Amino acid sequence: MSLLSAEGVTLSFGSTPALRGADLAVGEGEVLAIMGPSGSGKSTLLHCLAGILVPDSGVVSFAGRRLDAMGENERSALRRDQFGFVFQFGQLVPELTAEENVALPLLLGGVRRAAAVREAREWFPRLGLDGLGGRRSGELSGGQAQRVALARGLVAKPRVLFADEPTGSLDSLTGEQVMELLVTSARAEGTTVVVVTHEPRVAAYADSEVVVRDGRVHSLAAST
Amino acid sequence: MTVPLTLLGLLEREPSHGYDLKRDYDAIFGRGKPLSFGQVYSTLARLTRDGKVVVSEVGPGDGPDRKQYVITDAGATEVDAWLVQPVEPEPHLQTVLFAKVTLALMLERPAAEYLDRQRAAHLQRMRELTEVKRSGALVDGLLADHGLFHLEADLRWIELTSSRLDALAKEVRR
Repeated sequence: MSLLSAEGVTLSFGSTPALRGADLAVGEGEVLAIMGPSGSGKSTLLHCLAGILVPDSGVVSFAGRRLDAMGENERSALRRDQFGFVFQFGQLVPELTAEENVALPLLLGGVRRAAAVREAREWFPRLGLDGLGGRRSGELSGGQAQRVALARGLVAKPRVLFADEPTGSLDSLTGEQVMELLVTSARAEGTTVVVVTHEPRVAAYADSEVVVRDGRVHSLAAST
Repeated sequence: MTVPLTLLGLLEREPSHGYDLKRDYDAIFGRGKPLSFGQVYSTLARLTRDGKVVVSEVGPGDGPDRKQYVITDAGATEVDAWLVQPVEPEPHLQTVLFAKVTLALMLERPAAEYLDRQRAAHLQRMRELTEVKRSGALVDGLLADHGLFHLEADLRWIELTSSRLDALAKEVRR
């Protein structure tokens, strides 16, 4: 039984088709890599799975609920309560400290400030960010900022973490450290992970992978 | 191992004299390393002995020899099994992959599917090496990294080739 799935999902931007009948299923606790060349539709597929975009046709299900049939408010609540996100560029709020950035999903979910910051702080030693909680994003290195973004993605204990090219802006060693932390933390929390990447070395951290090509999903089940 | 199977693949395309077979092999797969006539004829003799090809005497082709070699069902089955099977994901296998992809296109087999299988085999090996790196000593990780970078290079070639299959097919089919 999959936790998250897409069936026959199509989506066009104007007259340009991005997804042409994409099928995908992710099991609970699974780490899945979505690979594919630039422009293949892999990020669009992630956005459909995460309820950010609504497909033109097809079904997107999460825990037995139809995301494609939900209104914006319902999808927004689902994203806030059940999903976490990490993007290529950390996209931290520059006016907030690292700690406040991590606490943000908890605050938005109604947790009181003191409790949210306390919980956010616990993530800093786990991700090798000791002593950096008071810094703003401009005072962090790329790898540090991405680890803060990872903490923010996981702090509210989402059931699914969506990561779109999470190491795309990092050098290969830093990128691997981020992937290592991402996979280790997600497994410790039992979080399902969907990671979009064009890098095989990043995909190698996942349990399995699919390739998106021309808006369709090709499963890579090894024949051996 | 690749030369006999590649020659068999060329014979599946069309029956051929040994001389013509060598010329075609050298032009497409030789890449500066032409086969010797001795190697071609000894390979053909073995393939004949093993029932992969049969000889028909039809007169000379472009060269002096009169024997024409024709692939058998057993030979065609062997070519098929070879093309379908992903290559062991170790570094430096580009030339085998190159031969397979080129033959697959030439024989109108699903080259994209073969490359997908190869990609899966490569990623599986990369997952294993990543696990070694995550759980082993630093020195083991160093060796795993060496393998990972080479496999990644192969994968980049596989990606590039996947995106060029249509153009490649036009070039190798005739």
